[in-house]
Amino acid sequence: MSGATPETTLCARNLTRRFGNRQIIHDLSLELRRGEVLGLLGHNGAGKSTTLQMLTGCLLPGSGEIKICGIDLLRQPSLAKAHIGYLPETPPLYRELSVRDYLIFAARLRGMKPGEAAAALAQTSQRCGLEAVGKKIIGTLSKGYQQRVGIAQAIIHSPDVIVLDEPTVGLDPAQIRDIRNLIRELGNRSSVILSTHLLGEVESVCDHVQIMQEGRLIYGDTTGALASYGGEPGHLEENFIRLTETQR
Amino acid sequence: MIRLLAWRELRSLFSMPSTWLILAALQFIFAWFFLARLEAFLQIQPQLAQLANPPGVTITVAAPMFNTVALLLMMLVPMFTMRLIAEERRNQTFTLLLSAPLSGGQIVLGKFFGLLVFLAVLITGVPLMLYTLALGTVIDHGLLLSNLLGLLLLTASYVALGLYVSALTTQPVIAAIGALAVLVGLWLADIGAAAEDSPWHFISPLNHFQNFNVGLLDSSDAAFFVLFSAVFLLLAIRRIHNNRIYG
Repeated sequence: MSGATPETTLCARNLTRRFGNRQIIHDLSLELRRGEVLGLLGHNGAGKSTTLQMLTGCLLPGSGEIKICGIDLLRQPSLAKAHIGYLPETPPLYRELSVRDYLIFAARLRGMKPGEAAAALAQTSQRCGLEAVGKKIIGTLSKGYQQRVGIAQAIIHSPDVIVLDEPTVGLDPAQIRDIRNLIRELGNRSSVILSTHLLGEVESVCDHVQIMQEGRLIYGDTTGALASYGGEPGHLEENFIRLTETQR
Repeated sequence: MIRLLAWRELRSLFSMPSTWLILAALQFIFAWFFLARLEAFLQIQPQLAQLANPPGVTITVAAPMFNTVALLLMMLVPMFTMRLIAEERRNQTFTLLLSAPLSGGQIVLGKFFGLLVFLAVLITGVPLMLYTLALGTVIDHGLLLSNLLGLLLLTASYVALGLYVSALTTQPVIAAIGALAVLVGLWLADIGAAAEDSPWHFISPLNHFQNFNVGLLDSSDAAFFVLFSAVFLLLAIRRIHNNRIYG
């Protein structure tokens, strides 16, 4: 990558969303460039998952606009969605299929040709550590492996924007380390948004952080800046709590 | 894309042991019914032979058999359609389809054709059994073909209705009961309506199958099935779109 500013892969402006009478998301704007890993941080129920669902086209925003690689997600959903890889909170796995068949299906679903899909399968299995379980039925795998298959389906088509909703939930420490390494590696080529409530995760993989509170972004900066927010270097956790408490 | 989704649907169906069990059990039931009809025909055949213009083996064995299969499918199709969307919602796999570059129409048609191909495989046993009669006698190919065509159109309309009901809920069981209730309701209203020109006859799919059953190809019946399927498929597409609006 040269010295020039990398292109914007995801741009969301003034998103709002209500469920019934309750406003869940208030006027939310986000921007992400290629090569960035953004951590979306917040308490339970802050609206992280809803935001990610809107960014991936699973939920229509009440108002606002979303552009993926310059393509309007609301006007040309099919074109824009080909650039997105999404891992929801619960991995969307067909438990009766084998890992291989499922990943090929996921790749073809995003418009890859059969030959490309086979090559992508080999590469993705290796990246996510799934070579040994390729022929197994997904329903028989452990939670950790299922989560990895979930990540594999989100990245198999080399999307420009990768959206991961709590990617390390339910994994053991060694697996968490592997997945974090993988996310950092993905962040070199694509842009990644991940939601989490684990501060350690943000610290170890994200270069940018946005804090959400009751449907609003209340703080956004680089991870380093949050750690030294208010002149207290190195206390990410305290600063996060201070920020979210003062807003209440 | 539609083909890919249909393929996935078939793949999932055939990877479940229960599917094979149902397939086997149904072939057994079909064969049982076929043999029972055939035996009845052989018993009355000497009397039939005395008639001036006796009914052939096709109309006495094949037509009632197709009629029974049509009734069985009415009970059976909801068991298969219930999974289509409701189960994907419950297992949260529907997100994969919603976030993929697919339109609602592609999702619905993929599922529709996937299940239709499966049900076509399920009923191929019937004409195969009937064609064994050709070994010993002359059969009426026209009547068989019109029955087959009618049965396929009828199945398509059942699947479309079941698919729509499945799109309304996240509970497969409710989807099955709902679709069954509507289908049986339409059928009961049809056979319960005494008047010849009652509108209940018109909206019942099984009633429109009767012409096909006696070998009468009426384009208005075919049009009914096509329209019936199209309406429910469109409603299902609409429902999936609403999914994105209301969450």
